[in-house]
Amino acid sequence: MSSRIEILNDGGFRSDGRLPSELRSLAFDLSPQAGADGSAMVSHGLTQVLVSVFGPREAKSRAQTMHNRAALNVEVSVAPFSTSDRRRRGRGDKRVQEIVAMIKSTFEPVVQTALYPRSQIDIFVHVLQQDGGVLQASINATTLALTAAGVPLLDLVCAITAGVHSTSPDSPLLDLTTLEENDCPSVTVAVMPRSGKLTLVSLETRVHVDVFKGILEVVGEAGKVLSLEMKRAVLARTKMLKDAMGAGLRTAEFAEDAGGDE
Amino acid sequence: MVSVTIRKRPLEDAVITQRKFFKKTARGKVIKVIRERYLRDDVACGIEGCRECALPSGSTLPMNGSLDHASFPNGHFILPDTNVFLGQMDLMESPLLKSPIILLQTVLEEVRHRSLPFYNRLKALVKSDDKRSWVFYNEFRSETAVVREENETPNDRNDRGIRRGTGWYNLHLAATRPFADGSSNTPHPNVVMLTDDVANRQKAQKDNIHSLSVRQYVEGLPNSAQLLDLLSAEGSENIEPTLASGRAALYPDYLPTATLAAGVKAGQLHQGHFNANQYNYLEGSVQVEGFDKPILLVGRENMNRSVNGDIVVVEVFSKDQWKAPAEEVIDQEVATRNDDVEDSDEEGEAREVSTHEQNILQQEETARIQSERQPTGRVVGIIKRNWRAYVCHIDSTSLTSSNATSLAQQTVFATPVSRLLPRIRIRTRQAPTLIGQKILVTIDKWDNTSRYPEGHFVRALGKVESKEAEQESLLLEFDVPYRPFGKAILDCLPTEGDKWIVPPKSDISPEWRDREDLRDLLICSIDPPGCQDIDDALHARPLANGNIEAGVHIADVSHFVHSNNPMDDEAAARGTTVYLVDKRIDMLPSLLGTNLCSLRPHVERLAFSVIWELTPAAEIVNVRFTKSVIASKSAFTYEEAQIRNDDVHQQDELTQSIRLLNTLAKQLRDARMRAGALNLASPEVKIQLDSPESSDPIDVEQKEMRETNSLVEEFMLLANISVAKKIEETYPQTSVLRRHLPPPKTNFEKLQDILRKRRGMTLDVSSSGALAASLDKCNDPNEPAFNTLVRIMATRCMLSAEYFCSGSVSRETFAHYGLASPIYTHFTSPIRRYADVLVHRQLSAAISHMPLHPSLHSKTHVERVLIVVNRRHRMAQMAGRASVEFYVGLALKARAEKAQKAGVGQVTEDAFVIRTFRNGLGVFVSKLGIEGLVMFKRDVQFDAEEYTVTVPASATNAKDVKISVFDQVTVNIEVEKDKNTQRGKVKMTLIHPIDSRAL
Repeated sequence: MSSRIEILNDGGFRSDGRLPSELRSLAFDLSPQAGADGSAMVSHGLTQVLVSVFGPREAKSRAQTMHNRAALNVEVSVAPFSTSDRRRRGRGDKRVQEIVAMIKSTFEPVVQTALYPRSQIDIFVHVLQQDGGVLQASINATTLALTAAGVPLLDLVCAITAGVHSTSPDSPLLDLTTLEENDCPSVTVAVMPRSGKLTLVSLETRVHVDVFKGILEVVGEAGKVLSLEMKRAVLARTKMLKDAMGAGLRTAEFAEDAGGDE
Repeated sequence: MVSVTIRKRPLEDAVITQRKFFKKTARGKVIKVIRERYLRDDVACGIEGCRECALPSGSTLPMNGSLDHASFPNGHFILPDTNVFLGQMDLMESPLLKSPIILLQTVLEEVRHRSLPFYNRLKALVKSDDKRSWVFYNEFRSETAVVREENETPNDRNDRGIRRGTGWYNLHLAATRPFADGSSNTPHPNVVMLTDDVANRQKAQKDNIHSLSVRQYVEGLPNSAQLLDLLSAEGSENIEPTLASGRAALYPDYLPTATLAAGVKAGQLHQGHFNANQYNYLEGSVQVEGFDKPILLVGRENMNRSVNGDIVVVEVFSKDQWKAPAEEVIDQEVATRNDDVEDSDEEGEAREVSTHEQNILQQEETARIQSERQPTGRVVGIIKRNWRAYVCHIDSTSLTSSNATSLAQQTVFATPVSRLLPRIRIRTRQAPTLIGQKILVTIDKWDNTSRYPEGHFVRALGKVESKEAEQESLLLEFDVPYRPFGKAILDCLPTEGDKWIVPPKSDISPEWRDREDLRDLLICSIDPPGCQDIDDALHARPLANGNIEAGVHIADVSHFVHSNNPMDDEAAARGTTVYLVDKRIDMLPSLLGTNLCSLRPHVERLAFSVIWELTPAAEIVNVRFTKSVIASKSAFTYEEAQIRNDDVHQQDELTQSIRLLNTLAKQLRDARMRAGALNLASPEVKIQLDSPESSDPIDVEQKEMRETNSLVEEFMLLANISVAKKIEETYPQTSVLRRHLPPPKTNFEKLQDILRKRRGMTLDVSSSGALAASLDKCNDPNEPAFNTLVRIMATRCMLSAEYFCSGSVSRETFAHYGLASPIYTHFTSPIRRYADVLVHRQLSAAISHMPLHPSLHSKTHVERVLIVVNRRHRMAQMAGRASVEFYVGLALKARAEKAQKAGVGQVTEDAFVIRTFRNGLGVFVSKLGIEGLVMFKRDVQFDAEEYTVTVPASATNAKDVKISVFDQVTVNIEVEKDKNTQRGKVKMTLIHPIDSRAL
């Protein structure tokens, strides 16, 4: 009632001209920040997130040190200019803390922390622009930043948000904008496409049981598409590095692996 | 499985793909909003046989468009702009306009922003099967998307978008047509842009785009004579400037919107709904906050073009100009009979009319009583027009040529059926054929140079007094949705159709899950005769411990009607079943209403049961709610049940249980009355129909009330109250309840005054109990009907009951005043009331039978649904009453004919005077349940303080005759048709104590 914009019109188009199963234009930029061990800038449409990874390095505080594995330290900062309504969110902000907790629990089973006992991996997430799917962009950027830093992962974690609109519960909408997030019940899911396992399912609104299964299926598909895109980006980056170094890095295996999926 | 893809866009073209705009929030902060837009090449053109576009099967536009326009022999499609839909919707909706329509997204969105009602009509038009139309999402197609340029208004941008869209279509058609002989000049259909904007047409011409004004376009169609009538007046303005712009303004201009908003905020101006006075067309009132009494608007200038229902802004005059409302009946038709349609062309005549009106006002001025002064004011602006289509008659005197074959355009008056509306001036070519018909007319505009609003003809409903036309006009007038149920809705019914039965009892069948088997109980239903939608049934039996088990079983509609499917949406939109005398407009498809959900006897049916354990003194020991399966043993009428109850020889178990129910009901009723419940009355009459086929009314009689009526009523009330408690407990925020607010004391002032002065009786309105007690005392041993009359008049002083969402109002205002119950809801008629369906869902979730649909957890959703249901409920009541009135009229006519044959000559009835005017009496005929006016043409003495009218001796050659409110009189009733408009009217004249025919 409040908004006069149709989320999904009768022609099957969403308010920005996409079909339900189309993702927004995305861009993966690896290692934009030289100072970090690994970094990635990811944008999904108008949502933009920069993640820098430091480590694995020696744990700073005694309290955080774990004897059998590395600790993940996640910090999220949301730029005040990231939304049109300028608002400062401190680190203590509940919303921010929630994102921190979700990123942490997403990556804990994926990063092979057991390889680095008594150390820590710092993940700094900067949300630069928000237009829906902040969590999804943060997770995707973290995956790429960790990859760029050379931290061993079990798989590339791909996160995607999906929602259902009341007019067509059978075709879930993928990659929601703010406008759509405000209007539809939505799920953010992080998948490991190789195994098909989910490392995160986050529901902040009620989603009807009947449509949940359909959403998960579509999200699984979307995860595969995303992971292909990520692999391509990683491969391109690696190739560039190889060329720059002029050294014969043995990337054949890697290339085969990436190509095999295509 | 859908294929997931990524929409990529180059980063550089952010200008095209991003839209920036500024938005002001409710708190006044300005925010910059950026939205993305993805342009694509796969938006389909919608024309059959297109080589490039992938099209869905069906619902496409024909390959060559429409071939019947004179200017486009190769076929054409029309592409109207926004203003065409806003201004000429009736034309676009008309089934006579058969040209295929291409609707651009730009247009669709602009309509949506400008007016939601029009948007909804437009959407219905797109979906309807008898129109060929296609929505082209031009803003998403790369070739047709436009970006707003610097210094370009949004309007110009949209116009440019529409032109670009039209141009693209023509190129697309040319490019995708198969070349017949290799040349590119094969004829292909045109896409014609329709716009009434001259500048836009000129620009289109420059770009080589076909464009026409709506009028030009329609004139080239074969059935233009009929279609031209549908054109609204707005559109024709710049083509035929018939309204002299230099004419003197008859009404003051409205203030600018900003001034209005500021004035209302500052408290200098007041906002409210305009209510016309049905007795006096020169007077209206506006109820506003901050004043006890409504603001009175006297005279045309002060009402300033407001129409009943508009939201207006008024300026209140200083206190020394305050007046009492006029106690006079002024009939618009009589007063302005000679008003010319083409009026005001001749200044002299117009002035004559207004001086005539001035006279009337001045005359009554002297008659106004000074004691009951009310604030007066004038309308200075309109916030929102509430114009809709009105049912009208053509005024035959306004015709210049009544030659039936004449197709000349004439300007005529259409007189609305409702007395609250002004006459509407319309232009038509078919005036002679429309005389004697009911027609639908909408208002287009009301300029300040025009005395009457201007409108246009929408469609004819049929002959006056033919049942179909009267019925349809009733439904339209009260906005009752009466279209047959669509396929999507009927698809929601069980696939077995009327073969559906309750499956045999088993653990696996979903119907039997958590359901009690009550098939062995002696359950019966009691309803009015001929009732098909039986939604309640009852039982009672003594228990071993001396208590009594009583149960109310309600049809389990929520088992069939699930949340959020098309059937549910339709039912929510209809809100209630509407009962007219000879027709029922169902809320649910009749398969459910009269069959699967109807608790017919000897058939197993699903039910929702409320079962109490009551002490013999009818106190509740406990109550439980359960879904059940029942098999009613018998369906009684009230009369049959009463006879069984009274017949001492009948001693079977079913009769025993009726008696048991009856004794309980009596005690329940006593308890309710002790608690202060009101016994209200409304004039209810029953129309006796000759036979169902002819449905000619024979006669009118008053409804009889039997003990068994009250038996059913008491148990339904008890069930409703028990259910209300339960759902409010479980869902304190969103439960659907019903309340009746206590009436403000000022509402009763006039009735109290009349009673005190005329009868020396007092009415204590301090509480509902006190009111009930004092109403009981208002008795006249000589006139048994007097008490009923006072009750009817008291009922009219009260507010009406309404549904509400428990979370939206404070706990203290939950109470039902009339029933004197602290909490109440509607649970017992889910077949015919939508609120009951919601309550069923909530109760079923409260007993954990089914999870509650998320929408019923949302307060805003429940509120939104209930606003609609409340409105429909009110409209349904009024429609029902109007239908009875129409039949009373028919019955009276039949009776008069019979009387004439018998040589008696006239129909006379006893009546009570309920209101006095300076020149007439308002009377109420209780036997027929109708109200009428007795007018005096000659002067009478009117004493407003004492509510009396005295007919002086000079007029009668006898003694003075004094008539006052509550006097019993005898009136002669006849139905006469207005000669001009054929509108049927009940005319009453006094017979006793004085013959008023000569007066």
